[in-house]
Amino acid sequence: MRLLSFLHRQRANWLGLLGAALLVLLLVLALAGPWLGLPDPTRGDLKARMMAPTLSWAGLGAHPFGTDQLGRDILSRIIAGSRVTLTIAGSAVILGGIVGVFLGLVAGYFGGWYDRILMRLVDIQLAFPLMLLALLVVAALGPSLHNLIAVLALTSWVRYARIVRAQVLTVREREFVQAALAMGAGHARLLLRHILPNVLTPVFVVATLELARTIVLEAGLSFLGLGIQPPSPSWGRMLADGRTYIASAWWIITLPGLALMLTVLSVNLLGDWLRDWLDPRADRH
Amino acid sequence: MPRHLTSRLGEGLIAIWGVVTIVFVVSRLLGDPAVLLLPIGATEAQMHELRTQLGLDQPLLQQYLTFLLHALKGDFGQSFQFARPALDVVLERLPATALLAGCALAIGVLIGGMAGALAAIYRGSAIEGLVLLVALLGQATPSFWLGIMLILLFAVQLGWFPTGGYGEWQNLVLPSVTLACFTTASIARLLRSSMLDVMRDDYVRTAYAKGLSPRRVYIWHVGRNSLIPVITMTGILAGELLGGAAVTETVFAWPGVGRLIVQAIETKDFPVVQAGVAVVATIFVLVNLLVDLLYTLIDPRIRQES
Repeated sequence: MRLLSFLHRQRANWLGLLGAALLVLLLVLALAGPWLGLPDPTRGDLKARMMAPTLSWAGLGAHPFGTDQLGRDILSRIIAGSRVTLTIAGSAVILGGIVGVFLGLVAGYFGGWYDRILMRLVDIQLAFPLMLLALLVVAALGPSLHNLIAVLALTSWVRYARIVRAQVLTVREREFVQAALAMGAGHARLLLRHILPNVLTPVFVVATLELARTIVLEAGLSFLGLGIQPPSPSWGRMLADGRTYIASAWWIITLPGLALMLTVLSVNLLGDWLRDWLDPRADRH
Repeated sequence: MPRHLTSRLGEGLIAIWGVVTIVFVVSRLLGDPAVLLLPIGATEAQMHELRTQLGLDQPLLQQYLTFLLHALKGDFGQSFQFARPALDVVLERLPATALLAGCALAIGVLIGGMAGALAAIYRGSAIEGLVLLVALLGQATPSFWLGIMLILLFAVQLGWFPTGGYGEWQNLVLPSVTLACFTTASIARLLRSSMLDVMRDDYVRTAYAKGLSPRRVYIWHVGRNSLIPVITMTGILAGELLGGAAVTETVFAWPGVGRLIVQAIETKDFPVVQAGVAVVATIFVLVNLLVDLLYTLIDPRIRQES
């Protein structure tokens, strides 16, 4: 019982650690993917179609996660898909973050018209369902890697901008900013050297939440056929393909979905932990 | 109407205008509808005639102004695919979407609310641990995968519910559970942490010191005050459920607005896309106005400010 209650008190820490460990494992697998000696994720073998997962570990070539309807190895497709997903979602979160932080800084610092226009843009963005906005823009521009990153960044800048703006409004009035202003610092110096470092903390929390959301959104897009195009493996596309064989080969759809869920879970755990750690008021129960 | 609600209404109208404008611009990037509408091998003269008929030969700015004027009157043009007014096509699908979103929201508020409250009241116990674990998993499960897994289990293996379709109550069960998953988990987590925050406030200690029963304290003091962030999030989630259920609706072949817009994007049926997104954005703005109104009912502080 004492162990249980200890674990309970420490849960924010070990859950965060678990999330971080899972995420590192996923990243290592994604980075090392091509050198693991797995079968080519895009080459099918029609003689080995829809093989069920096996636990016999006779080298990784034996399809431990089974094969899909074209005889492609599911484990290597999941790992190759994680490269695609993490590249797109990671880049989109960073790009959206840079744009959002910049706009939030400008709006919060200068106020006035910049601020009013930004807040109306935020309203517009929020009233537009993200999935539909992403679908529409991808359909118009085409589902290339760059377009997907741009679209997903477009759906995520709002949250950064809002939180940074709110932070800037309070930091701007603090004494060290007023002191720097009195010493004749220019706008750029004030913003970058004095205000930016003091508003970055919540940005990291938002970034983890956005990473989780973007991963799901990317999978949803490719599930609907508007993600990265074949032959590049993607988790959403694997799920869409697996639907057809749901009654005869459960593993084709179950395993990529589990990978997706584990990824999102680990990012969420990391985000929760980061929030509790950075915000001393939150969740000290 | 209080002043801040009036200004919220104005901001909402600007938001709807912005959404409609973005859809108009992006639609023009999707391709030339004349090429899509006419059979292969149509002559240049026929294409020209159709473009004139659709007003596509006019300058873009003029097309936009005409579009806005007509949209104000609820006229988004004829659907290319259904050859009927686009708004009618969208509004026909609205009841299905509203039914699904309503059920999902009801599940989310009831179950998520109860789970969150239990976790806060019995903090430090196994109940709290269980609620938090399930909620973490619920937030991490993508809805479309959950939907397919539910189909695999309850439709294919057990045969309890149909795999998709619309009409009977059995059709409603799996899609609403799928859609409710994320909502339920989010509400449970937020209500728990919001209640734990409120429980530490001085007035709660005062209420206990006055000799009130725990039940009264929870309902009247903790409950009311911890609901405010939950209502904010429920409003946002409701807006997303009404407009963003495109994937879940696709998985279950549910004839809602989300799936209609996805199909209209695929077939490049601009009028339906424009009408659909405009309707969804309007609903989102209205839901959020409703939330603002709810605040003023629940929180006297906001009532006095306005």
